Amino acid sequence: MAEEKKLVKVTIDNLTVEVEPGTTILEAARQIGGDIVPPTMCYYSTLKGSGGKCRTCLVKVAQGSAADPRPMPKLVASCRTAVMDGMVVENITNPAVLETRKAVTEFLLINHPLDCPVCDQAGECDLQDLSYGHGVDTSRLEFKKRTFELENLGPYIQLHMTRCIMCYRCVYVADQLTEQRLHGVLDRGDECRISTYISKAIDNDFSGNMIDVCPVGALTDRTFRFKNRVWFTKPMDAHRECSKCSGNVRLWMRGEEVFRVTGRKDQWNEVHDFICNECRFEKKKVSDWVIEGPTKVHRHSVISANKYQNLKTPKEFLPEVMGGRDPKMLMNIHKVSGVNDPEIDLSKIPGPATSKIFDKEES
Amino acid sequence: MARKLLLEKIGIEGIRYYDAYRKSGGYASVEKVLKTMSPDDVTNEVKKSGLRGRGGAGFPTGMKWGFLAKPQGVPRYLICNADESEPGTFKDRYLMEHIPHLLIEGLIVSSYAVGSNCTYIYIRGEFGWIVDILEQAIAEAKNNGWLGKNILGSGFDCEIYVHPGAGAYICGEETALLESLEGKRGNPRIKPPFPALKGLYDCPTVVNNVETLSAVVPIINYGSEEYAKIGIGKSAGTKLISACGNISKPGVYEIEMNISVEEFIYSDEYCGGIANGRRLKACVPGGSSVPILPANLLLKTAKGETRMMTYESLSDGGFITGSMLGSGGFIVYDEDQCIVRNTYSFSRFYRHESCGQCSPCREGTGWMKKILWNIETGKGKIKDIDLLFSIQSKIEGNTICPFGDAASWPVAAAIRHFRDEFEWHVTNAEEAQRRNYGLAGYAEPLKVAAS
Ligand SMILES: Cc1cc2nc3c(=O)[nH]c(=O)nc-3n(C[C@H](O)[C@H](O)[C@H](O)COP(=O)(O)O)c2cc1C
Ligand code: SF4
Ligand code: SF4
Ligand code: FES
Repeated sequence: MAEEKKLVKVTIDNLTVEVEPGTTILEAARQIGGDIVPPTMCYYSTLKGSGGKCRTCLVKVAQGSAADPRPMPKLVASCRTAVMDGMVVENITNPAVLETRKAVTEFLLINHPLDCPVCDQAGECDLQDLSYGHGVDTSRLEFKKRTFELENLGPYIQLHMTRCIMCYRCVYVADQLTEQRLHGVLDRGDECRISTYISKAIDNDFSGNMIDVCPVGALTDRTFRFKNRVWFTKPMDAHRECSKCSGNVRLWMRGEEVFRVTGRKDQWNEVHDFICNECRFEKKKVSDWVIEGPTKVHRHSVISANKYQNLKTPKEFLPEVMGGRDPKMLMNIHKVSGVNDPEIDLSKIPGPATSKIFDKEES
Repeated sequence: MARKLLLEKIGIEGIRYYDAYRKSGGYASVEKVLKTMSPDDVTNEVKKSGLRGRGGAGFPTGMKWGFLAKPQGVPRYLICNADESEPGTFKDRYLMEHIPHLLIEGLIVSSYAVGSNCTYIYIRGEFGWIVDILEQAIAEAKNNGWLGKNILGSGFDCEIYVHPGAGAYICGEETALLESLEGKRGNPRIKPPFPALKGLYDCPTVVNNVETLSAVVPIINYGSEEYAKIGIGKSAGTKLISACGNISKPGVYEIEMNISVEEFIYSDEYCGGIANGRRLKACVPGGSSVPILPANLLLKTAKGETRMMTYESLSDGGFITGSMLGSGGFIVYDEDQCIVRNTYSFSRFYRHESCGQCSPCREGTGWMKKILWNIETGKGKIKDIDLLFSIQSKIEGNTICPFGDAASWPVAAAIRHFRDEFEWHVTNAEEAQRRNYGLAGYAEPLKVAAS
């Protein structure tokens, strides 16, 4: 009989959870779930040694443990700090933590190009999420941003170093999933960059996973480049027999067309089953795959827009609260404007749309 | 004359070589510990001596050795940190260049105490010629039976290797040093685990500064009590200070930690006063990472007491009105120096040396440097001063290693104490390109707040 492990109790933002000894504060928070989970930009549960670098997950330890209740003097990286029995942690309940997170977000953004409109990662970018949650809408930077040249890492992957936030995840992928170390970090400080050094092609069966782990659009899929916006594509879980990997993937489809193949990300945007390059880059036909069904997408995600899964129309409540009166507060835009006409398929119009196309009789 | 323990024999002809060193009593401490003391006895002696780390943080050395994990069958390592790259600090270099056998002797004794059979000196890459000096000293020591197998028939084996770095200040941070020594990129590790538990190759490891390990020799030779008698309170023993800047006699001095800052600057035994008859404006007493102090706060604490050359007195008043002894890099500024330019120059250094691992330090150091350059070259705005202060406060305490703090403190202190000079630079941008702000009120005695 395996000895039963004694669980340790930790309180995060007044919510208590019991976890196995050695669990990090972050993993404990994820077990609780919800708003109190610190954001992560560098930690990746399936990559050994990751975490500790970006500092977005910093939290306050208000009580070290039941045995030693002293608070920890500095904020700690929740992704790399193990819980102790009786530990009390403050995340969103501590203004200093939020203030620091705001500062870290600012640091991550000062040299970021903010080119979301032309970035393939937009819509599934952790930095976008972080900025919405913790960024400010003005910049205090009055200097030119640091830029780098685009670089192709072999036929499949493009490195857009200017967008990189130096989370080192791709370096760990190169180290841990591929057989030989192909890629690392060059230079120091704000000049440091990831590189294969002299653009050595990366031709390893698992190198494509660095695209999935990249939290921003610094490593993108060249076979998907500028093909579509992620929120126009529909994710489907699918699998195939593969001799190299599990073959469990996610297809990003539009109609019957497979635009992109990725690993299956969990709710924390982490892939547990890394896939091979053949599945990712070379199997772009529906007939290559056994489709399991649509991926469940969190309803707050931009990717879930236009996906009419289990859609429930809210109940009409106005007549009820207004004593039977039913004023029209919302109007049907199609009735007053010709521009948004659902009958007209914009993609079928040759050339740019003009007002003439939308002209119609007043109804 | 003050008592010298480390530089006692520095004047002896040929002391750099084995024969002269041995003839003047060198290696006696190795004989003493291997023949009459157990490793724990040595650690206890060091504990009782009150010796504190000379690399900057001032952590009690004996206590550090006591924390070392000692699992059976796992090797332990002693590493000598000779990466000395902090602007203003050049004491280890002097010691290694002129009396290398003192360090080798200290290393053998310390290796015995912590049980390291394989000891490394990690030396700054730019000290190429000192690598040769040390390797020659190691070869001489080995030829004379002080290193190798079964030293003096005691059963203790020890080898010492010199490993040069590749030109990164951050590799002086002990865990970055370990990474670099293992052949990896010198990124500081995330702690815990601390080196005492998992250091070099995941084995228990002690990292100590050159001066710390050299000081073990006089402690063993003269006894811990004798050593502890020197200095004041918890600042026991002697300390090497590398003095530079606008003083009459720059150089490396060994002081007993019982003299005042004023004596150190003005006495002929040490710095010999401010050069060219100028007046003292400011001082960075412990290497570029520690807060800068204006003359009035340097010579007297905010309480009006005389400031002494000790760990405690220099840090009296905390970061608001105090500084730190740090690594003993004593930089003196006279009235003709510009604090803005000096702060810019430090920032440029930190921006260049950040390893780039964590976001606040990687991005913040570059940002601060750019703002300071604007202020220095007459393009600054008043709000830049507050912005600078805000940036440094967001870096400090939020990084993986103390480098982030080291990059923030000089900026914070410069703005705290010399704000009017920064403002003058902004509002009189054109004039500031032609002349310096001068002494202003920085040397005027401060009113002591009634307690
Ligand atoms: C950025 C940075 C640079 C450092 N550089 C040095 C150095 O060059 N030499 C040194 O002895 N300690 C240096 N230290 C301190 C070491 O990390 C470590 O504390 C020291 O070697 C311990 O030795 P001690 O206890 O004998 O002082 C540095 C620390 C930091 C954070
Ligand atoms: S390229 Fe992406 S995964 Fe790699 S370090 Fe940069 S942000 Fe992280
Ligand atoms: S504080 Fe600076 S030097 Fe230290 S780990 Fe972070 S980026 Fe590197
Ligand atoms: S996620 Fe914890 S520091 Fe980056």
